[in-house]
Amino acid sequence: MAKPMDQYKWHELNVGCVIEEVGNAMEYKTGDWRSQKPVWNDAKCIKCGLCWLFCPDAAIYQKDDGLYAANLDYCKGCGICAKECKPGAITMVEEER
Amino acid sequence: MKEGKTGIEVSIAASIAAKLARVEVVAAYPITPQTHIVEHLSELVANGELDASYVNVESEHSAMSACCGASAAGARTFTSTSAQGMELMHEILFIASAMRFPIVMAAVNRALSSPLSIWGDHSDVMAARDTGWIMLFCENGQEVVDSIIMAFKVAEDRRVLLPVMVNLDGFSLSHVIEPIEFPSQEKVDAFLPPYDPLYTLHPDKPVTMGAYGMPELYTEAKYAQEMALINSKGVVIEVMDDFGKRFGRSYKPVETYNTEKADTVFIALGSINENIKTAIDMLKEEGREVGLIHLRLFRPFPSDELISALKGIKKVAVIERAMPGGAMNSPLFNEISSLVHSNKMGIQLSNFIVGLGGRDVNPEDFHGIIDDMSSPEAAKGAPKEEKNYRVIGVRG
Amino acid sequence: MRLKSLELYTEHPEYEFAVSGHRACQGCAEMLALRLALKVFGQDTIIAMATGCMEIISTPLPTTSWRLPWIHVAFENTAAVASGIESALKILTEKKKIPRKDVHVVAIAGDGGTSDIGLQALSGAMERGHKFTYICVDNEAYMNTGIQRSSSTPYGAMTTTSPPGKRSIGQSTQKKNMPKIAAAHNIPYVATACPSYPFDLLAKVKKARMTNGPSYLHVLSVCPTGWRIPSDLAIRYGRLAVETGVFPLYEIENGKYRLTYNPEPLRHVVDYMNGQGRFRHLTVKTISQIQEKVIKDWGRMKYLCGVK
Repeated sequence: MAKPMDQYKWHELNVGCVIEEVGNAMEYKTGDWRSQKPVWNDAKCIKCGLCWLFCPDAAIYQKDDGLYAANLDYCKGCGICAKECKPGAITMVEEER
Repeated sequence: MKEGKTGIEVSIAASIAAKLARVEVVAAYPITPQTHIVEHLSELVANGELDASYVNVESEHSAMSACCGASAAGARTFTSTSAQGMELMHEILFIASAMRFPIVMAAVNRALSSPLSIWGDHSDVMAARDTGWIMLFCENGQEVVDSIIMAFKVAEDRRVLLPVMVNLDGFSLSHVIEPIEFPSQEKVDAFLPPYDPLYTLHPDKPVTMGAYGMPELYTEAKYAQEMALINSKGVVIEVMDDFGKRFGRSYKPVETYNTEKADTVFIALGSINENIKTAIDMLKEEGREVGLIHLRLFRPFPSDELISALKGIKKVAVIERAMPGGAMNSPLFNEISSLVHSNKMGIQLSNFIVGLGGRDVNPEDFHGIIDDMSSPEAAKGAPKEEKNYRVIGVRG
Repeated sequence: MRLKSLELYTEHPEYEFAVSGHRACQGCAEMLALRLALKVFGQDTIIAMATGCMEIISTPLPTTSWRLPWIHVAFENTAAVASGIESALKILTEKKKIPRKDVHVVAIAGDGGTSDIGLQALSGAMERGHKFTYICVDNEAYMNTGIQRSSSTPYGAMTTTSPPGKRSIGQSTQKKNMPKIAAAHNIPYVATACPSYPFDLLAKVKKARMTNGPSYLHVLSVCPTGWRIPSDLAIRYGRLAVETGVFPLYEIENGKYRLTYNPEPLRHVVDYMNGQGRFRHLTVKTISQIQEKVIKDWGRMKYLCGVK
């Protein structure tokens, strides 16, 4: 578990500032970057997986039923998935905040 | 390896030391006067005497970069350079020490351009003195061999994990033939076990090396590094003592010569100390007692040991081989001055710059320095010229 | 359906070696390219990366997005660091200090860290013949420092150091041909790729992985931030770059050129440049000059690849 940066004392850093916890960037939820989020029309989804393939943030996952959804913890709302979806099953919807 | 001493060129001896230390990766770029070291290492690899990867990099910057990569992947790494090469790799020197790679580099000290000079002085190492490397200076060929072997032991110690620069003077030390006793491979193996890295780049245990530091963390990162460098002195002393017990040649971070009855001493780095010792012996025959404080360890700066060595000393002639570059005095003087004044030692310091760009310095020059320091004008404490230092032998 | 076709290239299509939580811009096709490429390289990989977008967005201390051994040293020395790692692996395996395993070294740098400041290190590493893959992720400028020009910036593009004005049309030089430079070193495998054509990219990464010697991949990385396009069009513009002939997809295997995708009939280059803020200032005349050159270069490419 990484602490907030300003809570580290100098002797708590690893030698050479090496990071041993690989992939701990997942502690940073980029989801609050977005102003719009992708919404799937399950009826149109053909389960091709292109949305999953094209997400730069690996923020799309396949559900047990084979359909897809966005991991809202990380989705930045870039809209690539909606643009690339061939049957047009994904719509970008404004986030209500 | 023959028993007893071999007459051998110091550069060649240095590469044999690296071989005895069983270095695994050598990434180097040729530059006078380091060339014999890397040439001989290439030969040793080519004929199978040294089991290592020799990487013929295309510049010194790539040499130090490849050393970082190799050290990160867990190999015992060695390189060598001089002057312009050291400057070209300058940014990576800081990175190598901050990333805590135990690389050992034989720095064959040479004057920096311009004008171009292939001959020896200390301007290259002085320009790199704050790069976070542990630095040793060698007086003779035996010390070069011993220091290279000790350097690996210090660098790879888990309490240290810092790169070490072993400095030897270009041409005046690198290219002379000296009698050198090589320790046996068995004894070196017993003294220096294989490198066991703390972290390594390998898929079996992935890590991230070289992340970037925001202002919230950078200070702490640098503080940690500085503490490691300061604390490495203890390990240097331990390793020197251990080496002395096993190989019969004892070293200390600061050594003295004829300081018992002297109230005036020289302080210098490197092979010039041999000339100074000869001058001291000359003066002794005239009934004058002058001493020498020989700094073997330059980084981390051995303050405590210097304070002990300076007890009872009234005057110091700091001998240097680099220009101040606009500072009040040249680098070593500035540090000795800081030490003397912050400890209120009341010692009179004088700064002499000698041997720039390979100019010969002989015992008579040192004799002359002592004469000047004992003169009535010098006793008044006033500087002779408007500068705070004297460049010995400058014409005009 | 999709997972099955990915299995042609990787044993673990689902596994992410570059995890979410990285700070890449919305719609970053460069990060997408690396995310996909790493799936093919797999677990037995060591990455050396240059200072740049990918390094900064992924490793702010004390966190990291990489689940592979990863090292960053400086900006211009990625290929040299990779050379050091590869040499160490060789000797350590020989001396049996590490188990015998096919671990592949991958050097990743941007266009600046490759065609400009990193060119010397790359040239040296290729000449020495180390077994490694060098990936140039080309977003056509020094994006991380604020969109300054590089020698990979295309002719006419606006960047902060090649701004259009009374005496300037923007970038006044042509894009440096890095794949050609790599091929001139006689390395076994060179290829161009774009994440808009993901399976083409994956196949090429697989070939690079299997190359016994240096391999070079030049990946066009659409940058919505720097090219001034909406973030959702990153994939589309990559496709347009290929379909207009601006960025051909090809391989050079032991000196022999092979086109891996023929987009003929080519679309007019204006289809690619329209909508990109960095080309907004160009006149019709300049665009037609650019079109002429694209057609000429495309003809040459077809000839090299033996395509009629």
